[in-house]
Amino acid sequence: MDTLTPLLVSDSLFPRGILPYLAGGLLVGLGAAVIYLATGIIAGASTFLESTLSYVSSVERFNRFKYVQSRDWRVVFTLGIVVGAAVWGLVLAPDPGIWTTDVQWWRLLGGGVLVGIGTRLGKGCTSGHGVCGVGSLSNTSLVNVATFMVFAIGTAQLVQAAGVSP
Amino acid sequence: MSDDAQSPLFLPVIFVGGLVFGLGLAVSGMARPEVVLDFLQFEDFGLVFVMGGAAVVTGVTFAVATRYLDHAPLTASEYTRRVKEFDRNVVVGGAIFGVGWGVSGICPGAAYASFGVGNYIILWAIAGMFLGAYAQGYVRSRLSSTTEGN
Repeated sequence: MDTLTPLLVSDSLFPRGILPYLAGGLLVGLGAAVIYLATGIIAGASTFLESTLSYVSSVERFNRFKYVQSRDWRVVFTLGIVVGAAVWGLVLAPDPGIWTTDVQWWRLLGGGVLVGIGTRLGKGCTSGHGVCGVGSLSNTSLVNVATFMVFAIGTAQLVQAAGVSP
Repeated sequence: MSDDAQSPLFLPVIFVGGLVFGLGLAVSGMARPEVVLDFLQFEDFGLVFVMGGAAVVTGVTFAVATRYLDHAPLTASEYTRRVKEFDRNVVVGGAIFGVGWGVSGICPGAAYASFGVGNYIILWAIAGMFLGAYAQGYVRSRLSSTTEGN
């Protein structure tokens, strides 16, 4: 927890190295690229939330044509994400096995509610805006990403300063 | 966009794409809220390479496909970029999303991947996301029925 000096050393900027981050990022992009090249679809992860609600809710917004028409493949896309992560975590990882978080449940639930509201109101999330939108050099996405980065960093630092860990 | 099941390969390709996407999220550490919180607390800046690496790959793919390729083989859709209309909600939604991401350390795609690595505790976050998405959809449907459809 030393302050400024270690920040100048790359080891402390990237205590886990950069390779897993870069390799993971390239794979995320590759997954989106495979779907795009084959189908023309620009996939995001959060529309799944609303399109899946159309199976069980008659609320008008969830039953818009573009959700009902895409809800099946969005379920398949999400299943792919779950299975792909499982293949890494349970089989291919250097230390395979089930991993669970220590972050407290109320942070996950409360934060999750805000994520659910924010991503749908803001037309996308870290994958839709952050990866595909930024890849498209869309001004809308760049503004959205800049906004959520600032608020996320501010919030996480406030929560940490309040002594909540993890 | 495109009709479902235009080709028997449509759903398998979506699945494989999701598989690689989820593999990447797991490899990158984004499936772990602790790693995301370390980034937001300035303790590990590695996440820059996740978003950056992914955006470079999609950016090059979009640029090449929109310029040189005709249409997508499985759906006959034209290749486009992801450009959404800008309005106030983009900023308000981004701010709310940011606060939620900062509190929880998890975003939708990473949450699905987190469940995949066996982190069943993340179901709290996924349940929260569905609740939040439902709440905004319910409120907006009520609002638009009193003004105009959207």
